Amino acid sequence: MSEVKTEQVEGLKLTEDMFQRIGKDEKDYDKIVRPSLTYWADAWRRLKENKLAIMSLIILIVVVVMAFIGPLMRPWAYDDQDFTAINKAPDSVHWFGTDDLGRDIFVRCWDGAKISLFVALISTIINVTIGVVYGGISGYVGGRTDLIMMRIIEIIYSIPVLLWVILLMVVLGQGLGTIILAISITGWGGMARIVRGQVLQLKQMEFVLAAQTLGADTSRIILKHLIPNAMGPIIINLTFQVPGAIFTEAMLSYIGLGIPEPTASWGTLAEKGTKMLLIHPYQLLYPALLISITMLAFNILGDGLRDSLDPRLRQ
Amino acid sequence: MLKYTLKRALMAILTIWVVVTITFFLMNSIPGDPFTDQKKIPPEIMEKLEKKYGLDQPLVVQYGKYLKNILKGDLGDSMKYKNRSVNSIIEEGFPVSFKVGMLAIIFAAVVGITFGTIAGLNRAKFFDFLVIILAVIGVSVPSFVFAALFQYVFGVKLKWFPVARWGTPAHYVMPVLALGIGYVAYIARMMRTSMLDVLNQDYIRTARAKGLSSTQVTWRHTIRNAILPIVTILGVSIAGIVVGSFVIENIFAIPGIGKHFVQSITHQDYTLIMGTTVFYAVILVVMMFLIDIFYGIVDPRIRLE
Amino acid sequence: MEKLNKDKLLLEVKDLHVSFDTYAGEVKAVRGVNFHVNRGETLAIVGESGCGKSVTAQTIMQLIPMPPGKIKKGSIIFDGNDLAKYSDKKMESVRGKEISMVFQDPMTSLNPTMKVGKQIMEGLIKHQKMSKEEAKKRAVEMLKLVGLPTPEKRAEQYPHEFSGGMRQRAMIAIALACNPKLLIADEPTTALDVTIQAQIIELMKDLQIKLDTAIILITHDLGVVAKISDRIAVMYAGVIVESGTSNEIFYKPKHPYTWGLLKSVPRLDLERKERLLPIYGTPPDLFSPPAGCPFAARCDYAMKICKEKYPQKFGITDTHHVHCWLQHEMAPEVKHPLAEGGTN
Repeated sequence: MSEVKTEQVEGLKLTEDMFQRIGKDEKDYDKIVRPSLTYWADAWRRLKENKLAIMSLIILIVVVVMAFIGPLMRPWAYDDQDFTAINKAPDSVHWFGTDDLGRDIFVRCWDGAKISLFVALISTIINVTIGVVYGGISGYVGGRTDLIMMRIIEIIYSIPVLLWVILLMVVLGQGLGTIILAISITGWGGMARIVRGQVLQLKQMEFVLAAQTLGADTSRIILKHLIPNAMGPIIINLTFQVPGAIFTEAMLSYIGLGIPEPTASWGTLAEKGTKMLLIHPYQLLYPALLISITMLAFNILGDGLRDSLDPRLRQ
Repeated sequence: MLKYTLKRALMAILTIWVVVTITFFLMNSIPGDPFTDQKKIPPEIMEKLEKKYGLDQPLVVQYGKYLKNILKGDLGDSMKYKNRSVNSIIEEGFPVSFKVGMLAIIFAAVVGITFGTIAGLNRAKFFDFLVIILAVIGVSVPSFVFAALFQYVFGVKLKWFPVARWGTPAHYVMPVLALGIGYVAYIARMMRTSMLDVLNQDYIRTARAKGLSSTQVTWRHTIRNAILPIVTILGVSIAGIVVGSFVIENIFAIPGIGKHFVQSITHQDYTLIMGTTVFYAVILVVMMFLIDIFYGIVDPRIRLE
Repeated sequence: MEKLNKDKLLLEVKDLHVSFDTYAGEVKAVRGVNFHVNRGETLAIVGESGCGKSVTAQTIMQLIPMPPGKIKKGSIIFDGNDLAKYSDKKMESVRGKEISMVFQDPMTSLNPTMKVGKQIMEGLIKHQKMSKEEAKKRAVEMLKLVGLPTPEKRAEQYPHEFSGGMRQRAMIAIALACNPKLLIADEPTTALDVTIQAQIIELMKDLQIKLDTAIILITHDLGVVAKISDRIAVMYAGVIVESGTSNEIFYKPKHPYTWGLLKSVPRLDLERKERLLPIYGTPPDLFSPPAGCPFAARCDYAMKICKEKYPQKFGITDTHHVHCWLQHEMAPEVKHPLAEGGTN
């Protein structure tokens, strides 16, 4: 191969120097062109694309903010009665109208939001905590303990949670604290099951096995490996627990086990509204609308989070 | 299969016992006794009352007696309705509640499964989005809001159906819709997810590789498998519909057990609360048991376990 | 160019391009694939996971999800008809009847809630217009043919009552029930135990002779290939880099990638004391494939030209072709490292 050869290949002129050996490209051969994203960044990217979920998040923020500043926007307190303005339809003075005692429904709705969201938030936090601990222990210990713990859940949850809540409320008596307590100590079963499932799944995985062989102790494995990996399903369940608690609170008010007057919650407002439905439908309209919109926002956000946090959906 | 059935049956009995026990001790842990709010009862009558309900005996004895009575199917006497047994109240209310509940669950299952299937088959198309939106609204709006909405629109404004009370078939329509609509949404959602899950399975590809038409693949392989998890969800839905009936029966003034149950709470009629709870537990546990058995029949994989 | 015998030719894939739309853009999974299969012969398509071999196989059957998948270009001539132009409806009469497929994972490829016999019967009823009784008889025959003892009993069982190897046998029974002209086996042994793997390959070889079916065997395992294939196509990053008869590929490979593959597989037929050598690096992301030879970045023998231009097809023999600049007359001579006794 001494003489200089040239040749045309599909418009490309081949020259000898092009055939100089360069060998493999150590920098290039492992190149990954697609941007690599961390789990949370990727989840956030997908959530951002979900316009409905972002809108729901904004709505929820607005509801929370209004729960605090809403009552301050009008000159009345939630229990101020005005006997000159009883059952007044919404107008420029009473934006959402007044009830049968002449109380301003706008103020009561947002004060009610505070109560309802408070009940939902506290009971959900307690729920989740019990559920994570219970499910975590059940799944991690496994064997007989797991079997018994899961049987207990199965037995407790073979009758509806609300029935337990009602029984507890009958025993504990009406009140804000008892509602929170009743919802808290009955609603953790779903979360426990999810966490247990996650733990069982993760226990099988090699990276946990690897950590174990490397001598990581149990608490470290739970803290560093299991919890971060189970975080997705936990967050998703959380978003569905909150509307569940709002719903339970409303149901309890309907059954007459709600928060006692004159304190307002969405449940008690809606319950009062139903009684007035045929004469003054607006008294139900606003609390019902608020409950529905908030539940809707939580559900859509939950769906959005599930779609974005579930790595199996990653394409 | 026999072993599976026996295991489930044993579990059901255990569950009912636990519910009875918890209910009994919960109700008995209420401070004072059921008659304390009626202040004017003279001591001698009080004594008689306590004797009648066995309240003068130790708790364990009362519990034993209660268990024995339940085994005989006797749920005791109501504390507020004079001379009425809990059994007679349930006998009166149950047929009504059962009819409404059954119709609601059938409505939820049929419409929910249909919607979910169509949505799953038309992923990311118009009908799918429609079902997703309806499903989210259906799950988010509480049944009492639907009930009130129906009453106002169809009852008061359009006058299509009677606003409340009980009697003719027309009275069924709105309560059944209000009770079932949330579960239409729930089942549709679950069915859609299940359809998408099954459509991703390898055996669907195998079925297509056999040259089956898309209709054959859909009916024989996709829907058949997708519907299985829905069977278990039916249990949850039945429980939910029972709970929903507490509110719906009150709103529509339907004389079912739900209404009696709620009244027993307001009246603090403990025997009635206890009796109704136990009754609900038995009904639901038996339902779950039947669903488990049915599931074992339709899903061949269960039988071996 | 190899002369294609028109009578023997069963399938000819020409310049096939398949892409998938993803959030990040178009992934070009198959980028101009050419190969053919003659009646009754076995072609093995070999390559690493993600090289596009499964996509190619599933495209022939139009089993890739469309969308996001899409045949961008090319033709799939089967028995004189272009399947790439067939509608899904029209493909139904091809799938299972003319071309069948066996998949990688027998644990998930059978419908868990349908009796195995019935799963075999379905295709027979559809394609052969058999009555239920006839189909059932044939299904039992098929189960017997694939070597399942007590086939009558097995036909009435559900997949979960079968072991992995038995399920794959059942899959083969389903695939061959209607006597197809072509069987595409997509990694049929990958999910199985090693001892079962050999049995399944034996079974396929055996049935091929009995039924005169052509086979496309998709695999990453050259060990599997050696036992059964007449010809081999080596696929890399969505293109076929080398193809030839089994002997040519095993004993006179020309492409450095094929060398790498052969070096990384334990071989009993060559007495070597060398260590198994991995191919370092990973294949390029088909989201943006390189302009030149896709293997250049991992190739010990890469030249400047390799980075710039995809190599043309060099014919070594009538049956042996390779896409590699090393075959160009201006390229430095490189001895294939496995060469035993001067095969070059």
